Amino acid sequence: MLKPRFLSTAWPDRDHRVWIGHEVDRVDGVLKATGLAKYTYDINRPNMAWGKFLICPHAHARVKRIDVSRAEAIPGVRKVEIIQGEGEEILFHGDEIALVVADSEELARDGVRSIRVEYEVLDHLVDERNLDAIPRDRLRPGGRRRRGNVNQAFEAPTTLVVEGEYGIPMITHCCLEAHGVVAEWESEDRLTLWISTQNVSGMSGQVASAVEVPAGNVRTICEFIGGGFGSKFGPDRWGILAARIARELRRPVKIMLDRDHELLTAGTRPSGFARVKVGVDRETGKVLAWQSTLWGTGGPGGNGTSISVTPYIFTGIPNQSREAYNVRANVGPRRAWRAPNHPQGAALTMTALADAAAALGIDELEFFLKNVDLTDRPDVYTQELLVAADLIQWRKHWHPRGEGGRGPIREGLGISMHTWGGRPHNSECHVHIHPDGSVDVQLGSQDLGTGTRTVIAMVVAETLGLRPEQVNVQIGDSRFPPSGASGGSTTVGGVSSSSRRAATDALEQLLEKVAPSIGVRPADLKVSQGFIVDKNDPSRRISWKQACRQIGMNPITGVGRQPDPEDQPLASQGVGGVQMAHVAVDVETGIVRIKRFVAVQDCGLIINPKTARSQVYGGVIMGIAYALYEECIHDPITGRRLNPDMEFYKLPGVGDVGELIAHLMMGKVTVRTPDGREITVDYDEPGVIGLGEPPVISPGAAISNAVANAIGVRVPHLPLTPDRVLAALAQKGGLA
Amino acid sequence: MRPFEYASPATVQEAIDLLGPTWNDAELLAGGTDLLSLMKDDVVAPKRVVSLRRITSLKRIEVTPTVVRIGALVTMEELTQAPEVAAKFPSLVIAAGGVTSPQIRHHGTVGGDLCQRPRCWYFRAGYGILATGADGQPLVPRGDNRYHAIFPEGNAYYVCPSSLAPALAALEASVVLQSPEGERRVPVEEFYRIPRTNEEREYVRQPREVLVAVEIPNTGLKNATYEIRQRQLLDWPLATASVALRVDGGKVVSARVFLGHVAPRPYRATAAEATLMGAPLDEERIAAAARAAVQGARPLSGNQYKVQLAATAVKRALSSLI
Repeated sequence: MLKPRFLSTAWPDRDHRVWIGHEVDRVDGVLKATGLAKYTYDINRPNMAWGKFLICPHAHARVKRIDVSRAEAIPGVRKVEIIQGEGEEILFHGDEIALVVADSEELARDGVRSIRVEYEVLDHLVDERNLDAIPRDRLRPGGRRRRGNVNQAFEAPTTLVVEGEYGIPMITHCCLEAHGVVAEWESEDRLTLWISTQNVSGMSGQVASAVEVPAGNVRTICEFIGGGFGSKFGPDRWGILAARIARELRRPVKIMLDRDHELLTAGTRPSGFARVKVGVDRETGKVLAWQSTLWGTGGPGGNGTSISVTPYIFTGIPNQSREAYNVRANVGPRRAWRAPNHPQGAALTMTALADAAAALGIDELEFFLKNVDLTDRPDVYTQELLVAADLIQWRKHWHPRGEGGRGPIREGLGISMHTWGGRPHNSECHVHIHPDGSVDVQLGSQDLGTGTRTVIAMVVAETLGLRPEQVNVQIGDSRFPPSGASGGSTTVGGVSSSSRRAATDALEQLLEKVAPSIGVRPADLKVSQGFIVDKNDPSRRISWKQACRQIGMNPITGVGRQPDPEDQPLASQGVGGVQMAHVAVDVETGIVRIKRFVAVQDCGLIINPKTARSQVYGGVIMGIAYALYEECIHDPITGRRLNPDMEFYKLPGVGDVGELIAHLMMGKVTVRTPDGREITVDYDEPGVIGLGEPPVISPGAAISNAVANAIGVRVPHLPLTPDRVLAALAQKGGLA
Repeated sequence: MRPFEYASPATVQEAIDLLGPTWNDAELLAGGTDLLSLMKDDVVAPKRVVSLRRITSLKRIEVTPTVVRIGALVTMEELTQAPEVAAKFPSLVIAAGGVTSPQIRHHGTVGGDLCQRPRCWYFRAGYGILATGADGQPLVPRGDNRYHAIFPEGNAYYVCPSSLAPALAALEASVVLQSPEGERRVPVEEFYRIPRTNEEREYVRQPREVLVAVEIPNTGLKNATYEIRQRQLLDWPLATASVALRVDGGKVVSARVFLGHVAPRPYRATAAEATLMGAPLDEERIAAAARAAVQGARPLSGNQYKVQLAATAVKRALSSLI
C-alpha cells in the first residue's frame, strides 16, 4: 500500500477493543447445527456420476493380471480406469488399483466388486516396534547429532543415569468428513471443483496442470470442511481423476472415500520409538546428558519421526548424542498430522525426563521448573507450569511415583510441555463497502472448523466500528484473493493481518469521502458503534448508513496483504504450552480414565477467546484419543490393516475425556515463583499467533507420565490400553 | 452391498414362508445394526431380506408366575426400561445398558443381540468365521488376537458378541425358535455352537427358523453382570461376567457363572460355580471363584491380559451381590 496512511493498523490496546479479546459465538454455528452448511459430501449435481475405488488388499504385492471386462459390462458403469495395472508393485494395503465411475454409488460398487485382479504377494514389513528385528535393507539413516561429551557426563560420579524405551505408534487423521471431490466442467476448458480441502487458493493450479487448462479456468470451492488435520492439501488421485473423467464423460463426477479407504490411504502420522539414556545431576536435578536412538516409519517412503524432536523442547541439554533411522514399511504413507513430529517428540522426551525425575525421587513439577532454562522460553514455561499446577491442584494431589493409593483405583499426575511456530501465512483480503452500508470481505481462505470466519468478521467489525454479524465474510472459493493453505497454525495470523489492513484501507477511503460533509479532515474522524465521529467533537457524527450513501455508484474496495513490508507486523510466531493430566487407573483392568486435564497455552494476541478455547479442547481431545485409544493395527501374517473402521480404530466419546480445563495466557501476566522471583510476560505484545497445533502435542506424554505416577511403572508405548497397562504392571511384579 | 429383494411380512408365519433352505436365500432384519454392515462389507449377501418390523407380536414382554417372555423385537432400550425386567433381572439390564449408544439401544433388539455375528476382524474382512488364511490354516493364533478368545474351541477363536447371552444363560433362559415344523425351545447356553466350516453358522438356529422370543424362568435367583469395557463410549466389552445364585441359610445353594467375550460362546465357568457352592458368599470365596473361573484359559499370543479381566469381572459381579 503506497498511499499515505492516516489510520494505524496497530491492534487496539486492551482498553480500546470492542470485539477483539471478547467471547464471540461462531458466525456459522447455526448453519452447522442445522445442516444448512454444505460440505463437499453434500454437493450433488444434476446428472452426476459416482466414482469408487478398488483398493489393494495386500500389504505388498505385484499386480500380475487385471480384468475389468465384467465391470465394464455392467449397465450404468461408464468408465473403468486402471490406476496401477499389470506389473505394478503395490506397497501398502489400501493403495488404489482401479476406479469405477457409474450412474450411482451402488453401481460403482458393483463395478468395483466385479474387477478380477491376480496378485503376486510379496514379503511385507508392518511391525517396526523392535529395531533389532527390522531387516537392514528396510532401514535408512535418519541422521546423527552430537554435542558435548555424553560419555563423560554419564560416567561422572554425581550423575544419575536412567534408561528407557518409549514409543508412539502410527495413527491416522480420521477426518470425520472423508476426503473427496465433485468435479464439473462448465465448458470444454472450464472446471469447477468442490473439494474437501485445507488449501482453497492452492488447489486450482495443482489440478489445472494435470488436466492441461489454464489455472484460472479451474474454480475451487470448499465452504465447509469436516476436518483435515494436515491431510488435505493436495487434489490427490481422486481429485485429478474426477476432473479428467468428468470431462471425458461430459457429466459431473463425485468421488468420496469410504471410511476404510480413508483410514488406509489418506494419511498417517509417522511412528516414533526411542531408546533413551538420560543423565541428571543428583545434587541439582539438572539434566546433563541425553542419548537416544530413534526409529519409526512414515510408510513405504520411510521417513518416520524426525531426529530434530528428540530431545524435544529441552534442546539446551549440554551433552547430546543421538541417531535416527527411518523404516520403510508396508503401511499407509505419512502426511502432515497436526503439529508434525511434535507429539512424537513430546511422547519420547517428556516421558524419559519424568522417569529421570522419578528415579531422582523429586517432584515432577519441581524437576521441570529446575530445567526450564534448557528451553528457549524459560519465563513462559515457568509461568505456565505454575498456572497449570494451580489448576490441577498439584500440591494437593501429587505423590511420589507408585504411591497412588491401595485399592484397585490408583491416581496420578503427569506433566508435558510443548512449543510451536504458528507464523502468519501469505494472505490477500478485499473489503468491499457498498453504498447500502453492507460489507463484504473476500479471501480465498478456508475455515477448518477453527473459527476463521468468525475471527475475520471480528477483525473487520472492530476496524469499521460495526458488529461481526454486519460483516459478510466470503471464503472457500478460489475466485477470491489468494490466501495460504491452512496448515501449521498459520491461518489466523495471515487472515487477521490481511483483513485488518484491507478494512483499514477501505475505511480510509470512506473517511476521505465523508470528511467534507462533516467539515473535518479525514484524519480527525474515527468509527464507533456504527457511527463516524469527529474525534474532537463527538457530537458531530453521522451513521454508518448515512456515510455509505456518499460512496457513489461503485463500492469502495480496500485491499490488505500479509506480509506487507510497508506496514508494521500484526502477527508473529513462537508459543509455549504446558499440560497436566490427573488420571485414575484401575490396576485390575488396566483401564485409564482421565479425571482432569489442564491445558495452559499462550498464542499471542487472542482475537476470540471462545473459539481459541474450543481449539484447545479439540486439540486435547485429539491428544487423549492417541494417548489412550488410537493405533493402526496391522496383521502380522497378511500385513493388512485390521482396524480401518471406527469400531476398533477407537476414538473417545464425551464420557471418556474427563474434565477439561483450557487456560489461555492473555495480556500482561505476572507470576511469583516458589523461590520468590517475579516474572512478567506480555502475551499480547507479539501480535496474533496460530493455535491449531500446540494443544495436541502434549496429551500423550502428560497422560503417560500420570499413569506412571499412578501405578509406579512406565507403560512404554502409547496408546495406554488395558493390555499394555497390565503387561507393564506384570513386569513390575503384579499389581501396583 | 449387492441387490436384494425386500419383504416385510405381518406375521411370523408369513416371515417363515419367505425364508429359504440356505443362509444365502434370506436374512432376517430386526434392528439392522449388524445386518446392514455385514451386507455393506459383503460378508453376507442374501437374495432376500425379510424385515420383522411389522410383526407386533414380537414386540411384547409377557410376565406369568413362572416365566418372563421377552419378544425378539423388544429393543435393548425397552428392555432396560421395563420395570418387570429391572426388578427381577438386574443382570440383564446392566448387560443391555453396556451398549452405550442410545441409537443402537433404540434400534437393536433382543433377538438381534443374540443373532449378531462375531466382530472378529478377520471374519469381517472376508476370511470366514474360522478366519482361514490362504494356507488353509486359522489366522487368529498367528495374527493379531488381542480381542479374541482365551477359551478357544476347535478352530473358533472369535468371541460371541452378544451382550445378553451370558446373562440369559446364567438365568437359565431359553430362546424360542419357530419354523415350518413348529416351535422349539433351546437353552441359551446351548444356542451357540462351533462351526466346522466357514459356511456354517455359530448358532443352532436354522435358515428357516425365526427367533421369536426369550423365556426366562422366574426362579428368583440373585443375579448380576459386570462388564469391562475400555471406553465409556460405545465399545465392545473386553470381558464380562454374569452370575445367578441362590443363597439359603447364608450359603450358596446354586450358582451359575458365565463369562462373555472370552470364548466363541458364553463360557460357563463350572469351576467357579463349584467353588461357590455350599459356602457363604464372602470376599475370600469370591476371590477363589474368580481365580477358578479362568482355570484352563488358553490365551493367545496377544490376549493374556483378558485372563485377568475375566477374573476381575467375576470378582466384581459376585461382589455386587454381597
